[in-house]
Amino acid sequence: MLMKPVRDYRIALIGNPNCGKTALFNALTGSQQKVANYPGVTVERKEGAFVSPAGVRISVLDLPGTYSLRGRSPDEVVTRDAILGALDAVDRPDLLVCVADATNLRLMLRLVLELKSVGIPMILTLNMSDIAAHRGIVIDSGGLARELGIPVVNSVAVGHNGTTALLGEIDRKVAEAASASASNWSEQDSGEIRKAHHLADSMVARFVAAPAVSKDLTNRIDRIVLHPVFGIVILLAVLFLIFQAVFTWAAVPMEMISAAFDALNTMVKSVLPDSMLSSLLTDGIITGVGGVLVFLPQIVILFFFIILLEDLGYMARAAFLMDRVVGGAGLHGRSFIPLLSSFACAIPGIMATRVIENRRQRLATIMVAPLMTCSARIPVYTLIIGAFVPRQSIAGIVNLQGLVMFSLYLAGIVSAFVVAFLFRRLVWKGKSEPFIMELPSYKRPMLRSLAMGVLQRAYIFVRRAGTIILSMMVLIWFLSTVPGAPEAATEPAINYSFAGMIGHALQPLLAPIGFNWQISVALIPGMAAREVAVGALATVYAIGGGTSGEAGLATAIAGQWSLATALSLLAWYVFAPQCASTLVVVRRETNSWQWPVLMFAYMLVLAYAASFIVFQTASYLGG
Amino acid sequence: MTYQSPQQTEPLPGREEARPLVRLGRGRPGLRGIVMSVGNSKLVTGEAGRDFDLELEKRLLEIGFVEGAHVEILHEGFIGKDPIAVRVDNMSVALGRREADAVVLASESPNPRLLPDRSR
Repeated sequence: MLMKPVRDYRIALIGNPNCGKTALFNALTGSQQKVANYPGVTVERKEGAFVSPAGVRISVLDLPGTYSLRGRSPDEVVTRDAILGALDAVDRPDLLVCVADATNLRLMLRLVLELKSVGIPMILTLNMSDIAAHRGIVIDSGGLARELGIPVVNSVAVGHNGTTALLGEIDRKVAEAASASASNWSEQDSGEIRKAHHLADSMVARFVAAPAVSKDLTNRIDRIVLHPVFGIVILLAVLFLIFQAVFTWAAVPMEMISAAFDALNTMVKSVLPDSMLSSLLTDGIITGVGGVLVFLPQIVILFFFIILLEDLGYMARAAFLMDRVVGGAGLHGRSFIPLLSSFACAIPGIMATRVIENRRQRLATIMVAPLMTCSARIPVYTLIIGAFVPRQSIAGIVNLQGLVMFSLYLAGIVSAFVVAFLFRRLVWKGKSEPFIMELPSYKRPMLRSLAMGVLQRAYIFVRRAGTIILSMMVLIWFLSTVPGAPEAATEPAINYSFAGMIGHALQPLLAPIGFNWQISVALIPGMAAREVAVGALATVYAIGGGTSGEAGLATAIAGQWSLATALSLLAWYVFAPQCASTLVVVRRETNSWQWPVLMFAYMLVLAYAASFIVFQTASYLGG
Repeated sequence: MTYQSPQQTEPLPGREEARPLVRLGRGRPGLRGIVMSVGNSKLVTGEAGRDFDLELEKRLLEIGFVEGAHVEILHEGFIGKDPIAVRVDNMSVALGRREADAVVLASESPNPRLLPDRSR
């Protein structure tokens, strides 16, 4: 006999951005939540579950924040489609919990009025009611409930019992078996928006008693933080702090991860007999995944700061300050955050472009993100600079090696702006997204939400490393290992592999930019992650690993390469699309192969041109 | 209809000359007033009534720029004095001057400080 399928009662949280919806979601569901993507779109789908006081299992969907159901950005389209039932993967919710910031009710009241036409029972919860009370705002929730025709409760996402009233009301709806009926929603025209606004205004006037708008804390902070001079100084100081943290705090855990993978490698090698399997496990999977996971500490620290600043309310201010700077290249103020992330690794940077509503501006940001100097380039830069640039100072203060490193970073930033500008001029000629953005009140970040946010980011990155990135690693290992070296081989084994063949075949093409066959071959495994090229060079020069190996490699290349070749390789690494994982992530984020292919092509052309100019000029000058 | 903002009064009919109409996009920090029109109006587009961006109008309305709202320019950016941060009733909104040009307000001050008109 078939059992009738029992399904959870479904509720969805909907509200304006910055209404404390996510904090409320966390308070309701605790750690019982999962983050996934809506199929076909790159919007995060946050779902959780809890058991209500009456013992009913309830699933909760946290919908992206929005001001209306019109759906301008991918996020807002998801919100609309989930509510209207146009989204395959989401059943329509049985109940909408409308989350309003109790200190700023107006816009949410207007949205609630719009939502009345979608045919789903609603509860309005006045969130952050503690802050509202503290500011002397008194809300007649009974009056609001009568006027709106839906229950109105208070909620506080922090502290105990802050959600009791809301949970009670949810249980009442469950008991009534309230559920969705047909929607008669249609997009509001501007006249209807105005009408709803006036209705919302009249409700605020009748049911909300607020003290005269005081010069509150947010205003006072903004007077400094948005100041044309101090604001920039503060922003630069914040960026400097983040960079310091990403590069210094992460150093120790990165070394530990790297050492752990090395140890694992050695252990597997000693246990397994020398075979293809052992090689796949060690040189392919462990080295490859280790090479990407080593960036986890940097990503965790970076996202800690990004989420912290977002929760504080500072990110919107940073976007305000940076809007004209990145706007010069046709990007949005919000593009600034993904570009910043890309200094650690382009993958989280590209993932962070989801905050940009306009598709053209989002694509332009994705396309230039890999030009930012990610930390995987650092080992390559360090090796070459160490081997070729004398450790001397200019005018007694500026270190020459540091100067070269700095100019490589600068080259990346400048080229990103130029390329973004060209893309916006040539490919996406349309108008820029209007720059309209709420500057939310500053809030004290909650440790729990912060920790959960960082953990979710880390988990997404690790999952990427475990799936797409792992498969790329195996492919690159295969190319670098098969076919094996013949019995009487004199050259390193990689030389006989497909990678070796490709490298040798490419070498004539790369000769005009000064690359010898060793470099050409090392570029193939270097596609796994940029810094893998260092290890690959050591392999082709048949030098053992470890610290002594690195010093040996520096000596070897210093003896065998010309300065022109070294500079050319540096220029190559500024621009070249030497990271298969980035390309795969771009494919995922854009849902099309068109963009990663375009990215690969333009970066390759740029890299070749830059290396050609550098090599030919340096050879000519060097005689 | 009523709006909460006790320190200000509605403009009185016949006293508009004391409250000049200005585009928000031309204002400097300190400019205060009441929104008179958003989007397609003669005040913005002139008598010619050129096609106005309806999407922009809706977005401005949704974030609170609606006729009758009390606004005040709080800050401006450091490059080209753009974008601006505006207090709309009781929330702060950042927007570009190009977007702000679609909002016309009756200035509280009879002779507000303005940027030169860039649109004509």
